[in-house]
Amino acid sequence: MSQNGHKVIGTRPIRHDGVDKVTGRAIYGADIQLTGLLHGTVKRSPHPHARIKNIDTSRAEAHPGVRAVVTAHDLPQIADKLADLGEAIVNLRDASNNVLAYGKVLYKGHAVAGVAAINLHVAQEAVELIDVEYEVLPHVTGVLEAMEDGAPILHEDMKTTSMGEETDKVSNIANHFQHKMGEPDDGFAEADVVIEREFTTQTVHQGYIETHNATALWNEEGQLTIWTSTQGAFSVRDQMAEILQMPVSKVKIVPLEIGGGFGGKISVYLDPVAALLSKKTGHPVKMTMTRDEVFEGTGPTPGSYLKVKMGATSDGRLTAATAYMAYEAGAYPGSPVGAGAGCIFTPYDIPNVQIDGYDVCVNKPKTNAYRAPGATNAAYATETVVDEISEKLGVDPLEFRVKNGAKEGTRRADGPVHPRIGCIETTEAALNSEHYRSSLAKSANGKVRGRGVASGYWFNFNGGRSAISVSINPDGTINMLEGSTDIGGSRASIAMQLAETIGLEATDIKPYVVDTDSIGYTDVTGGSRTTFGTGYAAHATGQALIREMKERASKLWDVPADAIDFEDGVFSYRDDAEKRGSFKEMASQAGDAGGPVVAQVSTNPDGSGGGAFATHVVDVEVDRETGKVDILRYTAVQDAGTAIHPSYVEGQMQGGVVQGIGWGLNEEYIYNDDGSMTNASFLDYRMPTTLDLPMIETIIVEVPNESHPYGVRGVGEVPIVPPPAALANAIYDATGVRLRDLPMSPPRVQKALAENGG
Amino acid sequence: MHAFDYATPESVADAVVMLSDHGKNACVLAGGTDLIVQLRENRRRTDLVVDVKKIAELNALSYDAATGLTIGAAVPCYRIYGDAEIAAAYPGLMDAARLVGGTGIQGRASLGGNLCNASPAGDTIPPMIVLSGEAEIAGPNGTRKVAVEDFCTAPGRTVLEDGEFLVSLHFPAPLANSGAFYRRFIPRNEMDIAVVGVGASVVLSGDRSSFVSARIAVGAVAPTPLFVREAGEALAGQPVSDETIRRAADLARDAARPISDMRGTAEYRKHLTSVLTRRVVEGAVQRAKE
Ligand SMILES: Cc1cc2nc3c(=O)[nH]c(=O)nc-3n(C[C@H](O)[C@H](O)[C@H](O)COP(=O)(O)OP(=O)(O)OC[C@H]3O[C@@H](n4cnc5c(N)ncnc54)[C@H](O)[C@@H]3O)c2cc1C
Repeated sequence: MSQNGHKVIGTRPIRHDGVDKVTGRAIYGADIQLTGLLHGTVKRSPHPHARIKNIDTSRAEAHPGVRAVVTAHDLPQIADKLADLGEAIVNLRDASNNVLAYGKVLYKGHAVAGVAAINLHVAQEAVELIDVEYEVLPHVTGVLEAMEDGAPILHEDMKTTSMGEETDKVSNIANHFQHKMGEPDDGFAEADVVIEREFTTQTVHQGYIETHNATALWNEEGQLTIWTSTQGAFSVRDQMAEILQMPVSKVKIVPLEIGGGFGGKISVYLDPVAALLSKKTGHPVKMTMTRDEVFEGTGPTPGSYLKVKMGATSDGRLTAATAYMAYEAGAYPGSPVGAGAGCIFTPYDIPNVQIDGYDVCVNKPKTNAYRAPGATNAAYATETVVDEISEKLGVDPLEFRVKNGAKEGTRRADGPVHPRIGCIETTEAALNSEHYRSSLAKSANGKVRGRGVASGYWFNFNGGRSAISVSINPDGTINMLEGSTDIGGSRASIAMQLAETIGLEATDIKPYVVDTDSIGYTDVTGGSRTTFGTGYAAHATGQALIREMKERASKLWDVPADAIDFEDGVFSYRDDAEKRGSFKEMASQAGDAGGPVVAQVSTNPDGSGGGAFATHVVDVEVDRETGKVDILRYTAVQDAGTAIHPSYVEGQMQGGVVQGIGWGLNEEYIYNDDGSMTNASFLDYRMPTTLDLPMIETIIVEVPNESHPYGVRGVGEVPIVPPPAALANAIYDATGVRLRDLPMSPPRVQKALAENGG
Repeated sequence: MHAFDYATPESVADAVVMLSDHGKNACVLAGGTDLIVQLRENRRRTDLVVDVKKIAELNALSYDAATGLTIGAAVPCYRIYGDAEIAAAYPGLMDAARLVGGTGIQGRASLGGNLCNASPAGDTIPPMIVLSGEAEIAGPNGTRKVAVEDFCTAPGRTVLEDGEFLVSLHFPAPLANSGAFYRRFIPRNEMDIAVVGVGASVVLSGDRSSFVSARIAVGAVAPTPLFVREAGEALAGQPVSDETIRRAADLARDAARPISDMRGTAEYRKHLTSVLTRRVVEGAVQRAKE
């Protein structure tokens, strides 16, 4: 038995989908084969900004083996309309134009046409035969340049919304908002130390291993079926219905296994194109992206410019903070600057705060969610400034964080008041960790070493809609159908919550992720909601099953249902000790008393997703001559509320850290002057490899979330937030030089050290 | 990808005929770790791929302490470092053979392919230059020999004429008190193209206090891998000291004429050339002493 009296929660059973995944039997999008299958590919813009004057598809259509060509003219023209897609509010007209460009192309890699042919080679040849006439326009890729007067304008009809009101000004700034609490000027006046710094970060990609894919079949009845890799099958259904202007009942999405998403597999790219090609040809059409298409044609997370100012008194209390945050939205409005603003100062209790956020269009792919979207950029700035303040005050940076830490009742600058959170507990666990208490040995090879810490926050979205449908087999095992696609072990963590509720083993539950016609509406797997929200539904499903089984027992035993108890996995009649049976024993007889036992539950809890806090400690070694930073040791500490399956919590923490390290040290979209990305491959877009990383150590803190029956908090996103700042602070500790521009790649570090005598 | 024919000649003469017949519309396939990628990405187009792996001379691998080392142009890296005697005699070459790609790539990738691909950043080329490697070329007019340092003429271009191909590479036997070393700088610890790569070979005096001779070559800082003759000559006859090594490193840096690209600025590459040359010469000296 694990802690807190749980039998299943807190244990580490083997995942249900594990064997098929490690033996290669699991079915991914690229595995789909259908009779009469055609293969599709996309023609993309070579220019970052151009007007489309004409598209001539006649040569491609005449090419032997080509079955159909589609362009934006095959899409219904969509009036402005907002749809809530979970992680991001997306303007559907923009979404439609992003799928196939209409009028203008807004980034290199922007899709302009789709081709279906008898095989991929023919389709690729045909793409070269589509003649697109462009009028090339000046482009802008940097956020600050895009904000300047006179910058090339992406959307001639887009007027800046400022503080909630639409202005008359046409600019690339889609939105400026402000959060204000207290009087920052007064707060800075009280402070003895005030630090103000500027930071930049570059565009980075989620880098999931599996590229985007979609296979569509539009049959003769007008029923559309799509097999795809997605974080949210229902979200794909909604987007398809909107973009193609068809009833949701005519669209069925079959989610396949997913080789990583991290927020990037919520918006549709290929799916509508494959659908149109299938409609035109009457055949199923399969499309799969190459890696360079993923980099250039899907949604990375934005580059940004931040200016952060913080003040503290000599006795170590933060008095005020301000932030100016400008985030690149990419081609269409909707950067995660709002989320970043909700996170930027949240680990702290600061009485006077002002945050100004700007959402800015640039000629780069439309950005998309990426693990705690917006928060990593923000924490890079705040956590570096906090490190500098702690140093000026001569206090330990973690003790400074504990002293100023947010707690239950602390108000965030953007409004909400914290429920019970584990910010301080997490920081204290880092402070008391063996790693932080250990001393850092000097380098023997002429290099220099240092240690850094940083904290981070992510909201964790509250629940959302989830549905679960179960049927009990006569042997007492349960088939559990769910709508949450499993990107991080959620089949296991949800099955475990059901097993715990009804007193079974995790292996007694067989979880299946099913298509949109087979289960009730379920929101995306994103926002760290799934183990919380669909787990919440699993608990409710367990309760429903217990009620139903009591009814069956009441019939079998001929006693009143309300006199039957369920405890420790056993049903028993209060007045007769003979009348008792475990869930499994009862399941074998229950069918005789009213047919098969099934239950269906849907939930949309009101409570909080919990709020996740993390604090990280890292030791680095810097080669001063080359600027290369090696990581010697890394410990991630995080409040998980309750760790349902600790291995998967640790896995999420480690995965998030690794992505954060990549973002911090080497990853970036590198642009040529002509506005094209020069490093759209895993060779030159440098994600860390196993040889670049030590084993990431983890410490799970458990401060239960009061809004969840088992205390779950989402865990998937916050671990990406602290790493770049923790690394910057460690590099400073090693060299005496502060780096405020990401990535802290060898050339940048070497240059900074040479210029600052580090 | 454009459709092409595929041929597997079994003799040098047959291969020469096929290549001569097709001229620029044919290309040679060894391990394919460069070529297949280039064809698939439409960076290259061909009508005929001539796979030379069935030709005996291109698979030869022999070493003799008196006459030296011969490596057939298609011999994959794993065979070279898998031979204990060869690995012990040419550690500087092994530095490069062991770091091309990863284990899977080394099962296919050849030194001949690395040289003929003529990338300025090809990792095996600087060590082949400093080990005084010689390329044997076959063609319609018979065979000829070219020093490795003269083989590459521009990015992706070599001295090979239409109808010619590389048969083998030859290296003299290592001298007493000699050592060689290759190292590249990459931002990660694997899977990357050299930002700068430096190879050095040194011959020390009997008491190992001074340099008898030295050769230094630098990759990724010029249109071709660069043999910096003057840097090696500056060491000849000089004592083994930090000062003399730094002087050679400065000469290598001055010879470098890199470009700025996504892998590093010109300024950074020049700086790295000096840092790596120093470290690599020190490594070669260490090996000469062992
Ligand atoms: C994942 C990956 C990682 C890599 N990592 C590295 C690395 O770390 N360092 C590095 O330097 N390279 C690297 N490469 C590039 C490549 O592996 C090497 O250049 C390799 O040595 C090429 O050898 P090959 O036998 O595969 O050549 P091939 O691909 O067969 O041929 C390469 C070129 O040489 C020509 N050619 C081959 N043999 C002959 C011949 N006998 N006569 C005339 N022309 C010939 C071909 O036509 C072609 O143009 C990597 C490649 C991949 C795919």
